Amino acid sequence: MREDTFEIVREILTQVLNREVEITPETQFERDLEVDSLRAMEILAAVEDRFDITVPINVLNEIRTVEDLVREIEKLKAEG
Amino acid sequence: MGIFDKFQRLSLELRRVREVFGGFNVVIERILSPTEAVVNGRRVILAGTNNYLGLTFDPECIEAACAAIRAEGTGTTGSRMANGTYQSHVVLERELSDFFGKKATIVFTTGYAANLGVLSTLVGRDDLVLLDADCHASIYDGTRLGGVPVYRFRHNDVEDLEKKLKRLRDKNPSANILIVVEGLYSMLGDRAPLAEIAALKEKYEAYLLVDEAHSLGVLGEKGRGLSEEAGVEEKVDFIVGTFSKSLASIGGYCTSDHEELELLRYASRPYVFTASLSPANIAAARTALRIIRERPELKERLWQNAHELYGRLEELGFELGPEPSPIVAVRFREPERALRVWHGLLERGVYVNMVLPPATPDGSALLRASVSAAHSPAQIAAIAEAFSAFS
Repeated sequence: MREDTFEIVREILTQVLNREVEITPETQFERDLEVDSLRAMEILAAVEDRFDITVPINVLNEIRTVEDLVREIEKLKAEG
Repeated sequence: MGIFDKFQRLSLELRRVREVFGGFNVVIERILSPTEAVVNGRRVILAGTNNYLGLTFDPECIEAACAAIRAEGTGTTGSRMANGTYQSHVVLERELSDFFGKKATIVFTTGYAANLGVLSTLVGRDDLVLLDADCHASIYDGTRLGGVPVYRFRHNDVEDLEKKLKRLRDKNPSANILIVVEGLYSMLGDRAPLAEIAALKEKYEAYLLVDEAHSLGVLGEKGRGLSEEAGVEEKVDFIVGTFSKSLASIGGYCTSDHEELELLRYASRPYVFTASLSPANIAAARTALRIIRERPELKERLWQNAHELYGRLEELGFELGPEPSPIVAVRFREPERALRVWHGLLERGVYVNMVLPPATPDGSALLRASVSAAHSPAQIAAIAEAFSAFS
């Protein structure tokens, strides 16, 4: 997992959630950040804009932690 | 940990709402007409019913439904693929094809099943779906059932659609891409920019499906929906819709110029594994479809009412959906305030739909009024008057 991708994701999360929260790679979206389906979609849209990628919403089922999201972003970026 | 523990937060929310307001579920104790009912022992104006043309009590529709029950019974007790295809199902499909000027139509048991049945089957694992973020749950569920890759673009944002379409096309030069949008969006009553979307569909060689659930009988000179109004019917590959709004019945359909649509009957689980529409529902829908053709004045009256209510609520300073339409959505930043106003309206004899997050597009709460051709000018004035207490 690349540190700079993680940092950008952390920035996005702080922005979308509009509050100061402690975010580590192990932070879970639902359990720790209380992210509901609507917020999840907002986060996804922000990630797409920032990294210039298109993320299938299907991956949401498999993303539990911030690290999962970072890895998915890196995978999609590598695919081009 | 019990199986219901995951609903704990919901349960707490519900308890809190019940303590403050006594709940928000409405039982229609008696339905009096397309626009009036008795709720909590009080006569209320119904302004949240999707009954756009007001045909639920139309004498011709009622008569046709009663005659169908007498002739064909109360239910088909079977799937379309077994004993559940009656002559009337086939005739309705033919009449819909004729109404839309399309080659093939399949009728489903509900509008929800139509989206589920089409989207779960039409799109395969090598295909891609690109949908407007504000699409109805039945569209999301259909794609989920099919297990296909689903991408979203920002609501009504043509630029974002093109950006994503281009990216997906570059990456998947030979994949089938299906774009899915709605005619009128159910929450805010706004139209899709369909002419531009249809042009992009052509440019990137994609397919286009339009859900006209809220626009059948409402938009277009002949009432065929936004595809007709925007002049792009030939570019729309699939139109999906429902009988439970303008057609005042229940059921759904998909119509298309792709004759291969017929093949879906053999592959679509939501089509095969459920009982077919009852004869009464078919008869009511067929009659209402004929009425759309014969009585264009209903659509005119609907739009007069829509403009009147939108204008009155706008004057009162409410934050409304972006354009006047039969769905007049009043936005509240605080769900708590929406609940209060919703209750207040009911006490003043007006029922509207309340939509709370996450069903709303942006996390705010909506009081969603929908008008009908059957509303009298006095009823529209009374709805606005009830709202004025909260402006």
